[in-house]
Amino acid sequence: MQSQLPLYPEQASNFAPHVDALMLFITAVCLFFAGAITTAIVVFFFKYHRKAPNAVGIPIHEDSRLEAVWMIVPLILAMAMFSWGAIVYVDYRRAPQDTLDIYVIGKQWMWKAQQPNGLKEINELHVPVGRNIRLVMASEDVIHDFFVPAFRVKMDVVPGHYNTMWFRPTKPGRYHFFCSQYCGTNHALMGGWVTVLEPSDYSAWLSGSSGGNANPVVAGEKLYAEKTCSTCHIANGTGHAPSLNGVYGAQVLLADGSTVAADETYIRESILQPNAKIVAGYLPLMPSFQGQLTEEQILALTAYIKSLQSQPVPAKGSGIAPPTGKR
Amino acid sequence: MSDTPTPDHQLPRTHYLNATYGSGTRSWLLTTDHKRIALLYLGSVTVFFFIGGVFATMIRIHLLTPGGALVTPETYNKLFTMHGVAMIFFFLIPSIPAVLGNFLIPLMIGAKDLAFPKINLLSWYIYIVGGCFVLYSFGTGGLDTGWTFYTPLSSVYSNSAVTPAVIGIFINGFSSILTGLNFIVTIHTMRAPGMTWFRLPLFVWAHYATSLVMILGTPVIAITLLLAGLERMFHLGFFNPALGGDPILFQHLFWFYSHPAVYIMVLPAMGVVSEIIPTFARKPIFGYSFIAGSSIAIAVIGFLVWAHHMFVTGESTYAALTFSFLSYLVAIPSAVKVFNWTSTLYKGSISWDPPMIYALGFIGLFVIGGLTGLSLACLGLDIHIHDTYFVVAHFHYIMVGGAVMGFVGALHFWWPKITGRLYPETLSRAAAVTLFVGFNLTFFPQFILGYLGMPRRYHTYPPEFQVLNVLSTAGASILALGYLIPMAYLAWSMRYGRVAGPNPWPATGLEWKTASPPPTENFDVTPEVTWEPYDFQNRPDLGLAAGAPSLAPAHSDD
Repeated sequence: MQSQLPLYPEQASNFAPHVDALMLFITAVCLFFAGAITTAIVVFFFKYHRKAPNAVGIPIHEDSRLEAVWMIVPLILAMAMFSWGAIVYVDYRRAPQDTLDIYVIGKQWMWKAQQPNGLKEINELHVPVGRNIRLVMASEDVIHDFFVPAFRVKMDVVPGHYNTMWFRPTKPGRYHFFCSQYCGTNHALMGGWVTVLEPSDYSAWLSGSSGGNANPVVAGEKLYAEKTCSTCHIANGTGHAPSLNGVYGAQVLLADGSTVAADETYIRESILQPNAKIVAGYLPLMPSFQGQLTEEQILALTAYIKSLQSQPVPAKGSGIAPPTGKR
Repeated sequence: MSDTPTPDHQLPRTHYLNATYGSGTRSWLLTTDHKRIALLYLGSVTVFFFIGGVFATMIRIHLLTPGGALVTPETYNKLFTMHGVAMIFFFLIPSIPAVLGNFLIPLMIGAKDLAFPKINLLSWYIYIVGGCFVLYSFGTGGLDTGWTFYTPLSSVYSNSAVTPAVIGIFINGFSSILTGLNFIVTIHTMRAPGMTWFRLPLFVWAHYATSLVMILGTPVIAITLLLAGLERMFHLGFFNPALGGDPILFQHLFWFYSHPAVYIMVLPAMGVVSEIIPTFARKPIFGYSFIAGSSIAIAVIGFLVWAHHMFVTGESTYAALTFSFLSYLVAIPSAVKVFNWTSTLYKGSISWDPPMIYALGFIGLFVIGGLTGLSLACLGLDIHIHDTYFVVAHFHYIMVGGAVMGFVGALHFWWPKITGRLYPETLSRAAAVTLFVGFNLTFFPQFILGYLGMPRRYHTYPPEFQVLNVLSTAGASILALGYLIPMAYLAWSMRYGRVAGPNPWPATGLEWKTASPPPTENFDVTPEVTWEPYDFQNRPDLGLAAGAPSLAPAHSDD
């Protein structure tokens, strides 16, 4: 794959050059200090080796200016490291708008991924080169972590939370991904390959693969009916619960007057703990679906609700907050 | 079996080791003498070090081949978990404080014992009871949660003996709390006349800071593990999302203690180095007040950095920024110490005695460990190296390179005080170098492995990582030798070593003003301190050139 003894993995994402440059900078600073201290110790060790058995050293007690220098100079360098690292991290935590979203579920000890068209993969992930990819990740059991060394990114996959990570693959190829949060017996086997394809190859793969026929939107719509969500969440806003048309991505006005962005996390919480955030004007009637839905089913429901984004929002009976000046 | 020739010195007729009250074993198990309790701790932490060391050996052998050479995945997971638990909770945390702190703090401040001698003995028994629970867990199914006990793996999914282990660590926490309390009260109330705060040996300052962490941090880990245990036993939902809990909460609570716990391990080692360097450079330590102050600063700031273990858990970006910033701040007092130690060597009269080799080795390894911490504290870099072998290498540099090197160095420095005898010098110098080389060979390759992307806690790995793993295992065999050789000659010296006399190096501390081994009461008369710390110039009693040239006896060694 690479030369005999590489010092860093392949660079295959937008983050890789930045992370490597950071590493180079910090390592250079560290080598300078480690080298200086080691040199000083070795030189003193030999130069001031005891000349006579009962000789003593020359007492030198303290020098405040010297102390100040070796506090301030490292502090400045440390702040440079902090700031540069913060810039890369903030970029990593704030996904761009135009992402291709792929759902990833970790469970002891396998990874399941689902492409936007519903195609499912196990321990494999196909992505197009040059696109911003966002992984929306959930865990069925313990904490896992999705780690792609060639992309220099990882994110824990935590039960009860949705965590997201994003990256832009820059080089077609196949790259290892690992679970890097210890998760039990076969933790070390919980990995696979990310395949980065040219966009045309990716489209061909998407349509050509005979993966699952379960389009998540279709599966979600079916669940929506099965779980009788539609009894209350009536599309025209006349039900006991707000219409879900257009709600995804909008701001929802809550009973306590605050607003919340309707993202995957909010939808998940509203399904599992409906009373946590009550929409203004509605009663806490909805039962909890905690323990009744798998993470995959929740993702399917979310996908369906997402698909309602383009549906007409009723004038009354929607939870969406009225526009309040400039936001 | 006659005594080895001792031309210079004789052992005192009675000392704490041979003073008997009642029968032999009974007099040890019921002793309230801080020096004997220290030796009880020394024996028991050595047992745990040995257990942890055997696990480590098996881990390194297993990782010789990508597929795993030795054990099943289940067993491998138990090995690294039990290695961590044995080493951290039952060796590293008590090692320097409970052994050397216990032995030395009263001697260093001119006291007859710690403030609460019976509580001191109680803390050892608590440690033993906690240790028995943990050994029971190891023996009945083992433990496979990782020493971090992350929920819900530990509280729901693990099939191993989590409950007794958690109870054992909970119990053991009280031992730590009581020791810390004892030290703080002793340092406040039992200093000899003239022993002002700024005449205290830096070893005592370091232990004061350590004790603060022990008292304030340990209750949090105890409660946290208890909650995880309750969730496991009675399905009370604290951390399990299926029961309405939050696994991230566990991590906050766990690291609130377990990050400062690193300072429990390394601050005492820094105290040791601050004693050894001036003694063997024969000059006052450079920047005494800065070294003392930096210990307190580390203890305080160390409580404010815990969530840097959680940058990729999905914690808020603002929290991550704050904790990264504070983590960089805690690097400064550590750097201050290193700069001051190095400056102390300047224009010294440096001997190459074994404790000095260990202390300088400590600085070298601690510098590497500390500096690589800067990479981990860096947010943008941590998203790549978090939970890889880079972390494993980093914390072993601090906790083994730093704390254990300090512990072994301390044993070499105070061995003549503890046992009254010296050990073979050349052999022990060679052992120190072996330890240093073996350590670097073992753990340096792991930095590269981590950056290449090898996650930690893997029983099997892709073949491209094999070369570095083999190198690491080869280094570990040298490292093991570096531990076994001192164990052998220190044991040998207890009987056959040359008699040391009260102050063989010589050093300036009060502990060297009494016989070796000291009498049970430490000092025949309460000493009065009239000199500044680490002052070799105005101490004619040391018999050195600058103090009283005419009194200097001819030393037979260099």
